[in-house]
Amino acid sequence: MTTGIKGFRHFKSLLAAIALLLAVPSFSYAGDTASTEASAKAPEGKEKFNAGDMIIEHVSDAHSWHIAGNFSIPLPIILYSKDRGLMIFSSSKLKHGGVFKGLEKDPNSANGFKESGVHIVVANEDGTINKAETDKLWDLSITKNAFTILMAGFLLIIVFLSVAKGYKQGAMTAPKGIQSFFEPVVQFIRDDIALPSIGKKYEKFMPFLLTLFFFILFLNVFGLIPFFPFGANVTGNITITMTLACFTFIVMMANSGKAYWSHTLWMPGVPAVVKILILGPIETLGIILKPFTLLIRIFANMLAGHIVALSFFSLIFIFGAINIGAGYGVSVVSVIFTIIMLLLDTLVALIQAYVFTLLSAMYFGMATEEAEHH
Amino acid sequence: MDLILPSFGLIFWMTLTFLVVFFTLKKFAWKPILSGLKDREQSIQNALDSAERAKLEMAALQASNEKILQEARAERDSLLKEARETKDAIINEAKGKAQKEATKLIQDAREAIQNEKAAALAELKSQVATLSIEIAEKILKSELSSDEKQKSLVNNMLKEVSLN
Repeated sequence: MTTGIKGFRHFKSLLAAIALLLAVPSFSYAGDTASTEASAKAPEGKEKFNAGDMIIEHVSDAHSWHIAGNFSIPLPIILYSKDRGLMIFSSSKLKHGGVFKGLEKDPNSANGFKESGVHIVVANEDGTINKAETDKLWDLSITKNAFTILMAGFLLIIVFLSVAKGYKQGAMTAPKGIQSFFEPVVQFIRDDIALPSIGKKYEKFMPFLLTLFFFILFLNVFGLIPFFPFGANVTGNITITMTLACFTFIVMMANSGKAYWSHTLWMPGVPAVVKILILGPIETLGIILKPFTLLIRIFANMLAGHIVALSFFSLIFIFGAINIGAGYGVSVVSVIFTIIMLLLDTLVALIQAYVFTLLSAMYFGMATEEAEHH
Repeated sequence: MDLILPSFGLIFWMTLTFLVVFFTLKKFAWKPILSGLKDREQSIQNALDSAERAKLEMAALQASNEKILQEARAERDSLLKEARETKDAIINEAKGKAQKEATKLIQDAREAIQNEKAAALAELKSQVATLSIEIAEKILKSELSSDEKQKSLVNNMLKEVSLN
């Protein structure tokens, strides 16, 4: 009996490992596609306003933080490759598509680094991309999104440590200050998300669900604030949502019980042929699809919100390019629409954080369900 | 295309930050917050429960008070009744005794009066007898003091005593 359970545990951790491995290879292709786009990019200067480029630039990750006009704040670029070691330099070195060769310990000094789209690539002497070298490169740069994530993490720790202070000494006092703002949210997650979705074992998952909810919420809200340390489209970035969904998946797999697996893969009361040929493959696919829908849902919602708000905003410049008067006229409507979109996005930011947490909780509930019926 | 392709750097930073935030908050924030919330809810529930209990106790107390009051009232009534009865009994008894005493006294008095009367009458009779003897003596003495008188007396008497 005990060996059976042990073997089962092994099986679970194996599944979790497979899930992680499946997620890893996909990003190694990122470099190739970027190279083709780099040449298509228009040189800077005062030319026609391109709404599409502007929007894509705003919702994409970047190695420097564009503020206004030609002014942008450089962020650190951190690269690692086996033969070059760890390399850290400022993104201001790569301004205007320039090639940076200043690393002295670089054994292939003929090569330099340059920005291609949102990626850092190894450039040959003539400025072309050295694909073989680029593929060896691991980009760990603090990009716009990475910076926002670190800031959100830092803020989360500060905020909730101060909230927790209110409970340490004499928990019987009424909540006050920042504590009274977050307490109802924590209670909501406990009473309306975790408890009904998971059931008795909800306490075990509370830390994860709370961290998940507030992390997503903070990132969503940061994305809506259009001023400097905020405004990065983090939760509309598929990498972020994929990582979060992977966490949910790993937690789900790590806590999945015998009843869950026997239920999904070997549904009782169904002929063996159907189980093997139809239900088995479908359910296996379903296991993978669950985190996948999680990551796509929040990614698409947040990205779309940003794109629509920016599109309304771009209308001003599109009409302005045709006629200055039309630009001013449209600006009134555009600003109103943009504000409406931002209000809607505020709602979406809350809803998506809620939905992600709720679905995660439901998956945990499914995984930990015990075979009491059937 | 970049929009839907994950990048390694972000995975790294996201994973790192999330794990750091998760473990830090789990230990230092979520645990105290959740247990604090639980404790507070528990204490509120306890307070509510004890208030409810106090209310019930109060009602019970009130009911028992009422009962005690009722009992006291009934006891007072019975006491009063008893007292009244005792009082009446005592009065009646006293009255009866007094009546008896009075009757007895009157009886005694009457008897005494009767005795005194009888004694007085007896004495009176004896005195009258003595007196009449004395008078008779005196008269006799005076009547028979001289011979003439004795003769007239005998004559008178003989006159009276007609020979029938």
